[in-house]
Amino acid sequence: MSSDEARAAAERAARASYGKLVALLAAPDGDLAQAEDALAAAFEQALRRWPATGVPANPEGWLLTVARNRRRDAWRKPATAPLTEDSSLTGPLEEHDPYAIGDKRLELLFVCAHPAIEEPARTPLMLQTVLGFEAAEIARAYAVPPATMAQRLVRAKKRIKQARIPFAVPDRRAMPERLPPVLEAVYGCAAIAWRGDIGEAQYLAVTLAALLGAEAEAWGLAALTTFTLARRRSSFVPLDQQNPADWDAALIGEAETYLRRARPGGPPGRFQLEAAIQAVHCDRGRTGGTDWPALRTLYAALLTVAPSLGARVAAATVVGRLDGPEAGLAALPGGAGQFQPYWAARADLLARAGRDATAAYREAAALTDDADVAAFLTARISASG
Amino acid sequence: MRYTLLFHYQEATADELGPEVLAEGQRAMSAYAATLHAAGVLLGGEVLHTSELSTTVRVRDGVTQVQDGPFADTKEQLGGTIVIDVPDLDAAIAWAGQAPQAQWGTVEIRPGATHLVDGVWR
Repeated sequence: MSSDEARAAAERAARASYGKLVALLAAPDGDLAQAEDALAAAFEQALRRWPATGVPANPEGWLLTVARNRRRDAWRKPATAPLTEDSSLTGPLEEHDPYAIGDKRLELLFVCAHPAIEEPARTPLMLQTVLGFEAAEIARAYAVPPATMAQRLVRAKKRIKQARIPFAVPDRRAMPERLPPVLEAVYGCAAIAWRGDIGEAQYLAVTLAALLGAEAEAWGLAALTTFTLARRRSSFVPLDQQNPADWDAALIGEAETYLRRARPGGPPGRFQLEAAIQAVHCDRGRTGGTDWPALRTLYAALLTVAPSLGARVAAATVVGRLDGPEAGLAALPGGAGQFQPYWAARADLLARAGRDATAAYREAAALTDDADVAAFLTARISASG
Repeated sequence: MRYTLLFHYQEATADELGPEVLAEGQRAMSAYAATLHAAGVLLGGEVLHTSELSTTVRVRDGVTQVQDGPFADTKEQLGGTIVIDVPDLDAAIAWAGQAPQAQWGTVEIRPGATHLVDGVWR
């Protein structure tokens, strides 16, 4: 096999099992940084070996074994880690076939969202350790300098190891306080989407909801990520120009089922509202039109529950559809300097209002790291001019 | 894994508390200690006198400076410590939450880095 094929196989294994492998490697001593290093080395070795030997029958198991051996080697070097009583212990998972183990990623999610981890580090930590994002990608998504993000991640990993935060799914009593940060993090995974693939985040969200059973917001998030997955496409087309025939009808049906399973005890939470907004958009496939007044109501509720910058921008675009583009422009939030969706929405509203949108389109194109999106926005300049 | 629970709370004299509150506090502390002991996690503990009895010592340029008063002049003072040996932070958090001091102050959990055995740091 060629090195390209080997790379593709290694990348498939990476995408499918990165988080599970990190969780398995780090579970014995909680050292996430070491686990990631060992796994990176195992991937490198795979790229060197697999072209000659072919992809092993169980690539995940192969990577796990190689990474574990690397970790043992590291323990043998007193320079990198003092040999303590702990390092002679092997974890209870040490000798298991990874396929025989339930999804360790959920445990890892709860480790990353532990109340003892500083809040700003939780989602980034999950993006890195569960889904294998690079620190630089995460920094871009959060609009913070890469060095700041790297420091945040290192600090959190040190705390997991030194304070010994356990790798376990908390029991039902702790769930109410432990779940929200996990949901936030999975949502973050879906929002950033590793190479445009939100399948991973959707899988995590659905698994989490099924595991927890009766958590309305978990089902809301499962629905939200499934709607997003149903509309996923290889190239960028704005939502209102998408052809519903291109959407995955089976996934939309699945998402609607999840949303119906969310039975909140009180008012619906953020993720149920966001899922409902997606449901309204997807309903265009059935009715042929978008129910903008319903969206206005849902956004009003969302802004009460979770007034994020993204929600305020999206709500302004809905105002633009119902009350005209000038009203939409007036409804845009201030202080959104580097926030790409703000500039995209602003450019669209300016163009609809018949005003000069060139600068806003340029800004929106400059702020995206998706070449497709940048090309679309640049093309709009001449179209609207 | 060893954790030290540091109890910080607003200090009050025995007179300020009154005999009933004081007795109730002592009962709660005894029950807590007995529970930790029965669970096999207790390594040691100490309740401290109020910080007005504190003395601080610093050596600067070879001169020993002794001063009355605590290290930090804060509203909540360190009032005691308990050292436990439990598997992980969640277990330590659970025990900290059961401490009577958590009701009237703040419990800080610090993982132990090393400790003395027969006069040697382990």
